[in-house]
Amino acid sequence: MIAVRALVVTGVVTLAVVLQVGLFGFLAYDGVVPNLALLVVVAAALVRGPEFAAVLGFLSGLAIDLAPPADHVIGRWALALVIVGYLAGRVRHDARTSAVAAVIAVAASSFVGTSVFALSGLVLGDPALPVAEALQVIPVAVVYDVLLTPFVLPLMMLLFRRLEPVQVGY
Amino acid sequence: MAMHDPHKRPSRTVLVLLLLASFTLITLDARGGEDSPIDPLRSAAGEVFGPIEEGTATVVRPFSAVPDFFRTTGSLRDDVTRLQAENSALRGELVTSDIDRNRIAELDGLLRTSKDTGYALVPSRVIAMGPAQSFSRTVTIDAGTTSGVRPDMTVVNNDGLVGRVIRAHRGTATVLLIVDAESVVGGRLGSSMEVGFLRGRGDVGGNGRLDLDLVDNAVTPAKDDVLVTWGSENGAPYVSGIPIGRVTSVFSSPRELAKRATIDPLVDFSSLDLVGVVVRDGTKSDRTVVKADRDAAVEGGQR
Repeated sequence: MIAVRALVVTGVVTLAVVLQVGLFGFLAYDGVVPNLALLVVVAAALVRGPEFAAVLGFLSGLAIDLAPPADHVIGRWALALVIVGYLAGRVRHDARTSAVAAVIAVAASSFVGTSVFALSGLVLGDPALPVAEALQVIPVAVVYDVLLTPFVLPLMMLLFRRLEPVQVGY
Repeated sequence: MAMHDPHKRPSRTVLVLLLLASFTLITLDARGGEDSPIDPLRSAAGEVFGPIEEGTATVVRPFSAVPDFFRTTGSLRDDVTRLQAENSALRGELVTSDIDRNRIAELDGLLRTSKDTGYALVPSRVIAMGPAQSFSRTVTIDAGTTSGVRPDMTVVNNDGLVGRVIRAHRGTATVLLIVDAESVVGGRLGSSMEVGFLRGRGDVGGNGRLDLDLVDNAVTPAKDDVLVTWGSENGAPYVSGIPIGRVTSVFSSPRELAKRATIDPLVDFSSLDLVGVVVRDGTKSDRTVVKADRDAAVEGGQR
């Protein structure tokens, strides 16, 4: 059963990462695409809590770092998504109460994730990235992730709820 | 199932471990430089993700034409495609006429021109594009080492220079676009033959621009002057004579001696699709190698 769960989660993360780089043709706005992997991590955080989401964030971040067109230092998206997963998991009890709260959680996660990635780039000088560009990209990324939330988040939350092991007293 | 108890504070151990793992990876990769210990992992991931991305691109590509149905009829669309192809062919002829004239004026002009037109191209399609959130402008193409593509090869399309191959997997390769902030290309002005260095600004959209630093401080590039690649030894990473872009504005600052110019690339990076990788003549490839001669001779591939 654990193997099946792991397989499904791996499949979902791979699909998210591949769609992220493959769907650029008619979804990208100024090169920015919706960060599907981040939405998956947030959904996992809202359903399963910070520990699970941080682990999933690490793995999907690693997938983004390794999937072909990526050329940045490995581990930067992993770091960003670990933080996102943990933070989103911490606020899940508030975020699960209403749709608006969930959307705010996604917006905050997207902002934090992209910012952490940009900041790690600034620290490492990889690539030599102008701050002005980061400031341009981050709001677009946040808006895009929020726009996609109603389509992706409920589906992912349902999936993670289905995959959740039987639990006691919840 | 203590983990799911909503009243218990989540343990920090997992978080700390994962953060440490991330920092370790970053340090290993960043300090490793050219031959980082993570590279085998990266190429393994390339072999796995490459075919998946290729499959996705094949599935997704037919749908990319859907918005067009609402804009034009089929016949009009064909006309537009044909005219665009014609237009870029004519534009290519026009922009290289200046540099050709200069080359002929030089003694070695003839020799070089004949050498320059002899480039063989491996045709391939762009199957994935790095998101802007990652701040590096790279794309994946569907040709890899089995097609004769190696790192440090020049990538062009019918408008001009696209970038260079930075990593090649079996069936796919990663291309660094010239608009990436890390990309530096040696360029030559078509009218004066002066050389300079072109740096990307990291913007792929319609207003993606390159900055030109000229080596000779006394030269002022003219507006609309065309830049071609300067070329490197053995054609790696850039072969010479490929048109890059047009000068849009020139400025100088009191701080710097050299004049700086802004270049508008000829290639539209937001709609990249069919590109060619410049390979040596007689490269073994599993797909048909196109020779860039005027008569468009096609070398027999193994297919």
